[in-house]
Amino acid sequence: MADRPLNVVIATDCGSTTTKAILIEKVGDTYRQTFRGEAPTTVEAPFEDVTKGVLNSIQEIEELSGRKILDGEKIITPAVGNVGVDIYVSTSSAGGGLQMMVAGAVAAMTGESAQRCALGGGAIVMDVLASNDGRAGFEKIERIRQLRPDMLLLSGGTDGGTVSHVVEMAEYISAADPKPRLGIGYKLPIIYAGNKDAAKRVEEILGEKMALEITDNIRPTLERENLMPARHRIHDLFLHHVMQQAPGYKKLIAMCGAPIIPTPAAVGDIIERVAKKENINVLGVDIGGATTDVFSVFQKIFNRTVSANLGMSYSISNVLAEAGLDNIMRWVPFDLDEQDLRNRIKNKMIRPTTIPFTVDELMIEQAIAREALRLALDQHKALAVGLKGIQQERSISDAFAQTASGQSLINMMDLNLVIGSGGILSHAPRRVQSMVMMTDSYQLTGITRLAVDSIFMMPHLGVLATVNEKAATDAFEHDCMVYLGTCIAPVGIAKDGEKCLDYKLTMPGGKVIQESLAYGELKLLKLDVGQTAQFEGNPAKGFDLGAGKGKVLTATIHGGVGGILIDTRGRPLILPTDKKQRVATLTKWSKALDLYPELK
Amino acid sequence: MAHAYTPGLRVTEAAVIRKRRILPIQGTVLVKVGQKVTAGDVVARAEIPGKVHTLNIVNKLSIEARETKRHMKKKETEVVKKDEVIAENNPMIKWFKTQVTSPIDGTIESVSDVTGQVLLREPPQPLNLHAYIDGTIVEVIDREGVVVECPAAFTQGIFGIGGETSGIIEPVAKTPDQNLTPADILPSHAGKILIGGAHASMPVIRRAIEVKAAAIVIGGIHDKDLREILGKDLGVAITGTEKIGITLIITEGFGSIPMARKTFDLLVGKKGRKASCSGATQIRAGVIRPEIVIPADSAAGLAAADGERQGMKPGDPVRIIREPMFGRIGAIKSLPPDLTSIPTESHVRVLVVSFADGSEATIPRANVETIES
Repeated sequence: MADRPLNVVIATDCGSTTTKAILIEKVGDTYRQTFRGEAPTTVEAPFEDVTKGVLNSIQEIEELSGRKILDGEKIITPAVGNVGVDIYVSTSSAGGGLQMMVAGAVAAMTGESAQRCALGGGAIVMDVLASNDGRAGFEKIERIRQLRPDMLLLSGGTDGGTVSHVVEMAEYISAADPKPRLGIGYKLPIIYAGNKDAAKRVEEILGEKMALEITDNIRPTLERENLMPARHRIHDLFLHHVMQQAPGYKKLIAMCGAPIIPTPAAVGDIIERVAKKENINVLGVDIGGATTDVFSVFQKIFNRTVSANLGMSYSISNVLAEAGLDNIMRWVPFDLDEQDLRNRIKNKMIRPTTIPFTVDELMIEQAIAREALRLALDQHKALAVGLKGIQQERSISDAFAQTASGQSLINMMDLNLVIGSGGILSHAPRRVQSMVMMTDSYQLTGITRLAVDSIFMMPHLGVLATVNEKAATDAFEHDCMVYLGTCIAPVGIAKDGEKCLDYKLTMPGGKVIQESLAYGELKLLKLDVGQTAQFEGNPAKGFDLGAGKGKVLTATIHGGVGGILIDTRGRPLILPTDKKQRVATLTKWSKALDLYPELK
Repeated sequence: MAHAYTPGLRVTEAAVIRKRRILPIQGTVLVKVGQKVTAGDVVARAEIPGKVHTLNIVNKLSIEARETKRHMKKKETEVVKKDEVIAENNPMIKWFKTQVTSPIDGTIESVSDVTGQVLLREPPQPLNLHAYIDGTIVEVIDREGVVVECPAAFTQGIFGIGGETSGIIEPVAKTPDQNLTPADILPSHAGKILIGGAHASMPVIRRAIEVKAAAIVIGGIHDKDLREILGKDLGVAITGTEKIGITLIITEGFGSIPMARKTFDLLVGKKGRKASCSGATQIRAGVIRPEIVIPADSAAGLAAADGERQGMKPGDPVRIIREPMFGRIGAIKSLPPDLTSIPTESHVRVLVVSFADGSEATIPRANVETIES
């Protein structure tokens, strides 16, 4: 689709708590993000009208930029001089975002495909039901009754495959007669994207009770997933059914010059575009207060997962529950009483907007963030897999490797770029803290570039890309991405002090840094944003930088506000279990990177 | 922005409290506008559809799924009794006849000749919606519920567990910094809302449950005790449905933290009065905080609750809600407009708080909450 000609754009993201507006203007040939404003989201009582928060956030931009954008409650279009904008676009996750329940015939096949489809569409998946999910029929019905989703997705069967399992799921849904989360007295939307031969029966069972939409099968054959038609239908229903029930959204839809899309779907879209444009593997993470979203593009396949209860404020206590105290404490460079730590975490949960005031509080939050990031990636790896249940042609080497279908697509050695987003990563007082948090939790291996989203504008740019890709790409490259630098980390294990890596770095201007690093070290070298250096790494026997164990690797390294992080702590990264030793080791690494103020 | 907004907990001697009481599904409203109600009165009723049971008769009768309807003795929507025959096969030799009986009293919901599945539904269950507070019906929402209003003293806690209850206010602590002991809880506290001081340990909570107290309102508890009460680590603060034998409301936070003097004095001053309270908490979009509503006799000079919050201003009382001075209460001295560097090196908006002892501290605005009246 050709770009719509635009010079001035206003974009908002209506989040659960805050509505964020940005202004994008064409400066010469390039689009730049120039001003931003924010205001509390007004979906809830006493306002119950999302547009109030939108107008307040735009008003803040008016005050800062001097551009008149609003005429009362109307956005002035098109832009003439310093008045008006050419288009207004928005994303939304207010009111808890899009919450879906999905169902398939077989959990590991159509159930998983349905889950991937809903997640890719920007939804939180409340539950995945399948004929073989281990629950008895009445338990499934009871579960569907308890949930109050915004929408359902029913899949199941390849075209020409099982009919009875799909009809069985439709019968359960019909018996449960689930009610929508928002609004009373309107039919709950359901998308059928399963075996086309079962469509008529499904329509007979659900057509009266629910707002049924039938679309192409998401798994027409075992070997092929076809998620896009159902994903588009999710966006249509989100816009025309779900959002119509949320306070003020009818007005908001009328104000927008392009369809509103769920926030995570917009973020996914921009990440997918980056990966495609650069032809690289990308991992994106947005760690929020309640949830952590993970996006990936590996082997050109896009995946998104949302860990609905892993976050840094509302869900912080759940990170402790899931990770366990020892896993959090392993990142804390001092000793702390268990009761004290537990009370602190609960106090953050009940007062989610508070911020760390002291360095030790900051260290604790960053330790918890490492675990939330780790757990969310683990969940992502489990879903970002190849299709299960398919026939594979195997060579002799495959047979020896015992590879199975459904393996994770996430191979950290092949990862080129990690993009972090969310307050704890985007607003860490020292940028190197974000670098190390992501390096630790993801155990980055080989050579990986790191970046953070400066002010969480990926949603805005995702929706803008649907009308003008150049505007979105320009602002993404110039104003959204803050490149932190590059992490170099060989895979392997040795004893502290043993030789791990010899490397040579040819820096800008020709200066050569040549060094040998022992196992168990962290080193940070300065290389500014926009600069590159030539790297030649010779890992010790048993260590792999990506070219094979003990093999030399050469690469161009990109700089950033952090620089080049050389990490010879080994992979997998094993931290001391003895308290004293742990504190000493973490303190040594902190000092080596000048990570925190008082450890200088 | 010109204003600084911060979350605040309401503690007020006199307000007009309006409670929206809505059924989970549509039903019947049983009261009229202007009608006086008490907390225990049923104001609306709905019928929750009965549980669904599944029976796969294909396997039981050894038939094909497409033959299901033919073998049914009962049709869709027909009423059935427990153990009544609902399907049977017709073998050549009668001796091999197999019958399928209903596992419940209920109705036949559906019969499928694709899956061979028969769904049976239990009779609907009535759901009663109570008024929750003593007051007057001021609005009826057709088939959905009502709004109850009363003049009342009102205070919010920061976190709670357990659902709605009512009882007589009974101060147990003498001062807001007193840690309760099991000996403080007496058999005469049955059905009462106990007002504590800084902390209630697990033995205290257990003792209160034992004497059948309605609720405990306390400054703080330890997280480990919460885990013990719930039998699990609470991951997300969405509560109110726990069945623990008591409603627990904490006013300050986790740990041993003296109850704010204003909250303590208000509650102690209402000794012997009937109150309604709820531990329901939801700390996400659409925040719900636990609360204590103490209806008053007269509505004179009251303002409506839940109005739009005002920005902070010098002189406002605030509570510090994060370490290192967690729980201290002071008054806003000034609100410097510029971003200020704090020990973590973050640049944030701050305020200066002065304390009763004359000392002062600079605190991130995000780390205080106003005590609203």
